Amino acid sequence: MIEETTIQTSAHPFSKYLRSAMMPHIWCPGCGNGVILNCFVQALDELKLDLDKLVVVSGIGCIGRSAGYTNTNSFHTTHGRPIPFATGAKLANPELEVVVISGDGDLFAIGGNHFIHAARRNVGLKVICANNFNYGMTGGQQGPTTPLESSTPTSPYGSIEHPFNLVHLAAASGATYVARWTTVHVRNVTQSFKKLFQKKGFCFVEVITPCPELYGRYNKMRTGLEMMDWFKRASRIEHFSDPSKAEITSDRIVVGEFVDMDRLSYEKLLHEKIAQINEKALGKVK
Amino acid sequence: MTRKGIVLEGVHFLNGDVACAEGAIAAGCRFFAGYPITPATEIAEHLAQRMPEVGGIYIQMEDEIASMAAVIGASYSGLKSMTATSGPGFSLMQENIGLAVMTEAPCVVVDVMRGGPSTGQPTMPSQQDVMQAKWGSHGDYEIVALAPCSVQEMFDLTVEAFNLSETYRVPTMVLADEIVAHMWEKVVIPPAEDIKTVNRKKPNAPPDEYLPFMPDDSLVPPMACFGEGFSFHATGLTHDEHGYPKTSSSEVQQQLVRRLCDKIRLNADRIIRVQEVMLEDADVVVVAYGIVARAALSAVRKAREEGIKAGLLRLVTLWPFPEVQVAKYAEQAEMMIVPEMNYGQLVREVQRAAKETPVRFLSKLGEEPHTPMEILESIRRRDQ
Repeated sequence: MIEETTIQTSAHPFSKYLRSAMMPHIWCPGCGNGVILNCFVQALDELKLDLDKLVVVSGIGCIGRSAGYTNTNSFHTTHGRPIPFATGAKLANPELEVVVISGDGDLFAIGGNHFIHAARRNVGLKVICANNFNYGMTGGQQGPTTPLESSTPTSPYGSIEHPFNLVHLAAASGATYVARWTTVHVRNVTQSFKKLFQKKGFCFVEVITPCPELYGRYNKMRTGLEMMDWFKRASRIEHFSDPSKAEITSDRIVVGEFVDMDRLSYEKLLHEKIAQINEKALGKVK
Repeated sequence: MTRKGIVLEGVHFLNGDVACAEGAIAAGCRFFAGYPITPATEIAEHLAQRMPEVGGIYIQMEDEIASMAAVIGASYSGLKSMTATSGPGFSLMQENIGLAVMTEAPCVVVDVMRGGPSTGQPTMPSQQDVMQAKWGSHGDYEIVALAPCSVQEMFDLTVEAFNLSETYRVPTMVLADEIVAHMWEKVVIPPAEDIKTVNRKKPNAPPDEYLPFMPDDSLVPPMACFGEGFSFHATGLTHDEHGYPKTSSSEVQQQLVRRLCDKIRLNADRIIRVQEVMLEDADVVVVAYGIVARAALSAVRKAREEGIKAGLLRLVTLWPFPEVQVAKYAEQAEMMIVPEMNYGQLVREVQRAAKETPVRFLSKLGEEPHTPMEILESIRRRDQ
């Protein structure tokens, strides 16, 4: 006789942070974007953030879909423009926590100028970059972080371009918090994401993520596991090391926090100045 | 200057760019993002000084692409927002103007037209961006564009541009030429309470029932902003009424694109404004806009003194194109004359609407606009 059993189902504790209507996601097997989104949601949950005051902005690319997947105020911009959009949103309502989640091509090729200027101004944005070394959504072309000599559909004879060292660029541009991890370092990624919400100025976290489908398989790493193996083998945690010496190579990926300092944010300076001048102008009228 | 409640009022002697900036403030604009460019820079300079006085935000961005993106961001955070530029910057803004169309972000773009193409003639007047204003971004869409012909209208039409952009959730352009932007004239600014301003419609639905892109009868969806307790998604991708991307559905694409166009097309008679001067019996109709319309008015008056039945149809709204009005006067007229400071832009629309009626084009490139005499000469030669 078969015993009657009741299968109890309950919602996943994180499901309230995600838009189930947008699922299934578009990411390939072996992709690390899900890990990044998971760490992000974990950070939101641990901090018990007010989701009504959270805005997630993404540009174009595979990771760009995360804005839509996050069950909060979210906006999916044109290619390369999440940072200036987020700048407008943050300045117009400084109470909002504005997070930009986008890729290396979106943030550092087409959108590179916006990144350095937002960091220079120290606008209080939290920028998360999923660095997969290529343009995944369009089929794996080389981008601003593609390692030298890597093979991609648009560098079939090996890339002759020097990649950006993102943490160095962010630090040099004035970011008040800079960290780099890989998707192997899930706990550290979550910790850094939590840190983003404790900081006031422009913050940047780079997460190196596997793209076996469109990058790995052209570069002798056929599976996500093989790419993760590279991250694990090559990475070493060196907190507050010199970001200029943190270039990514096949046998060395320096991870950790590089910058953690305080500088008055742009929106604080802006709104203080506005309040002062506004008061003065109102005084003249009386 | 007389300032009541720090918003300007009373009679002033202003230049066009400054009048435009004051119009923005009067309309309730509290966010400006821009990048310096001749001949629109004075708008930015004036707002850099004035915005903080009224509790608003001025930011100079790293380029015009960023300016337009920031304007959309601020609009979604709930502020009335604008930018101001000229031809080259207007070109850079086009992709994000498309984003504002697609995400229905109310915003105003002022384009002070100078000579093009490319860097062209930074200090010379033109009307060369008329087609770019309508067609500059990719895809099928509609925008609203207004053409001021005086410093007073630089103020008035900037207010109106905000009202239209808030009503229809559409980027609205003020297409000024270098002359109306730089000349000085008397401007009368009514008390703030007499200036009609419009704010975007807010949702009535509770947050869990709110569909961000579900239109009401006017085809315009009520708009929630970030931080107001409505969790919603907006994207430049083709999306359904939830705001969720539906990039392979022809049904969703058709519904969305048709609505984005129809909310302007079907409301055209509410949006369009023209000025009709001595048109009742006119058999020569001059169709003009911007500074050129001032010369045309003078020419038409002189022609009347000579006994010629001439009239002026001044287009205040350029987009949506006042097709019905042009067609109406084309039917009664023997001919139409279209003077423009370009090599043939809006004249093509006039020809299309005028059907059989002959349309004569008077072009000006890289020089002062048409003189009244030049237009009068053309009116006199109406039979040729």
